[in-house]
Amino acid sequence: MTEETQRGASARPVFKEDEHLPFWKRWMDTDIWHSYKKSPVIIIASIAFMLLILSAIFAPLISPYTPFDPGSLNLMNGFTEPMSKNDFTGDYFFLGTDDQGRDVFSTILFGLRISLFVGLAAVLFAMTLGVILGLISGYLGGWVDGVIMRVADIQMTFPSIMVAMLLYGVGKGLTPPDLRDEMALVVLIISIGLSEWVQFARTVRGATLVEREKEYVQAGHLIGLSKWAIMLRHILPNVTGPILVIATISLALAIIAEATLSFLGVGAPKTEPSLGTLINVGRQFILSGEWWILLFPSLTLLALALSVNLFGDWLRDVLNPKLR
Amino acid sequence: MLAFVIRRVGEALLVLFIVALVSFAMFKFMGDPIQSMVGQEATLVDQEELRERLGLNDPFPVQYVAYLGRVLSGEFGISYRVGLPVEEIILDRLPATLELALLSGLIAISLGIFLGIYTAIRRDGFVAHFIMTTSLIGVSLPTFLIGVFLIWIFAVELNVLPSYGRGETLDVFGVPLSIFTLDGLKSMILPAVTLGLYQMTLIMRLVRSEMLEVLRTDFIRFARARGLSNKAINFRHALKNTLVPVITVTGLQLGSIIAFAIITETVFQWPGVGLLFINAVNVVDIPIMSTYLLLVAVIFVTINLIVDLLYFSIDPRLKVGGGSKGH
Repeated sequence: MTEETQRGASARPVFKEDEHLPFWKRWMDTDIWHSYKKSPVIIIASIAFMLLILSAIFAPLISPYTPFDPGSLNLMNGFTEPMSKNDFTGDYFFLGTDDQGRDVFSTILFGLRISLFVGLAAVLFAMTLGVILGLISGYLGGWVDGVIMRVADIQMTFPSIMVAMLLYGVGKGLTPPDLRDEMALVVLIISIGLSEWVQFARTVRGATLVEREKEYVQAGHLIGLSKWAIMLRHILPNVTGPILVIATISLALAIIAEATLSFLGVGAPKTEPSLGTLINVGRQFILSGEWWILLFPSLTLLALALSVNLFGDWLRDVLNPKLR
Repeated sequence: MLAFVIRRVGEALLVLFIVALVSFAMFKFMGDPIQSMVGQEATLVDQEELRERLGLNDPFPVQYVAYLGRVLSGEFGISYRVGLPVEEIILDRLPATLELALLSGLIAISLGIFLGIYTAIRRDGFVAHFIMTTSLIGVSLPTFLIGVFLIWIFAVELNVLPSYGRGETLDVFGVPLSIFTLDGLKSMILPAVTLGLYQMTLIMRLVRSEMLEVLRTDFIRFARARGLSNKAINFRHALKNTLVPVITVTGLQLGSIIAFAIITETVFQWPGVGLLFINAVNVVDIPIMSTYLLLVAVIFVTINLIVDLLYFSIDPRLKVGGGSKGH
């Protein structure tokens, strides 16, 4: 972190004449962009991820059918094979249909939406919690630091996906029975988020420990800024670099955790199925030969997890000055 | 040394204390048990009397201590769903999980070490490259997808292995085990491979990188100069020196196997404690959930404690700086 900031500070005069250039032109000259151009795998991964994000956002516009509107479903369409017309109704289905006659392509689009929403929300929650705790821990030090870091250490010894599963169980137990279905996604987000905060907190704490000793923090202290103002307005902007990397890697973990929980039948409810729920539905038909109900959601999840993973790994390497 | 041991044990107890608090809180906030216990005719006075008699009016800490006392004497409550004592249900299910974890641990360790050595020795070979690339994909695949696809290939398409259940079991001292019958062993293959795959890749990568490091050291070069055969160098000298970190990491991974057993058992409908937990979450059977929580915490804390202490006795560097595990 220090290396990076110092490098940035000393490099600034060199780039000064370029500063009237538009943002994207300066962006084109960064190490990140040069490294990006050179790795075809990352280009493919990022394009795949963008496509997945866009199709999740525009799911209602893209999807040819409305899979969760019971009124539009026709049971006669059940088990239509991919790329073919149904024998009875003549409707065409790109990726086939499930037992209820739902279009698999449309359910995947909506499932992708839930998966991405839960994943992003969980990472956002984990990030907010981890960054705040990390800042407090690093800046205040003392017993507060001790307590937060002990908890983090202990949580690190458990696999995060198991922490998420156990927390989900606890969360479900603590929700009032009549609210359980509506709260399912919220409990899911909170439990996955709570299982991922440790990495954020540790990294931010480490960076904060370095920043705390710098002159600008002491200056802020001298002119009488409050602790919170120093932490949030002055230290936070200087420790954001590594947060991005951890957020990307956490997103992949969160998506897989969500899919796993939903697959086990304890996550997203059947009325709002995520990719994991769809895979769970699909595996029930694998014994009778309707393979497309399982295969296509699985491939989508795989593409999602793999592209985020690859992108995160690349980002970590490219932002790490030690590896250059 | 003693201070370190005391600190670690103290920490372990603290963790268990907190986990017990969480599982107790689940009972506490689950609504009023009195309502489901009393009949229609019970007056408010009767209800209040029962509440007093069961100690439900006591302050929270007092109830918590009473709960800890019951847990320590082996009483975990009655399952809401099955109506049997939880400790009986869990003890009934535990052997299935343990034998599955054991077999997959064995697969992970033996295959992992073997493939690790192979990929280190044949570093630039085609097969080694292939194994390394496949393992990378294997790590990013979610466990449940691996399980589902193994079922698809081996149980549905090839129809050679069963897709669910324990198969035929053999009673050993009154405990039914699948591992000793052919049918049971066949049912164990797919779940055990699914469960062990991730750990296997981890061990393989670790052994490989350790081997590569050791093979570069001077004593291996001297061994070559002495004219020892490749076999003797690789297995007698190099492998031996890679095993310390491998043992530690493997020890820590044992806990993960138990954790991931939840997923594998659900995919293969393997009747162990993991499947029990998932079913309990589905129907919100609090006594089973909270007991499972405690069980997992005890297993993890014990494993971590043992590995930490082992680490401490193996690595003399840790004895200097007060014994903290240096990050």
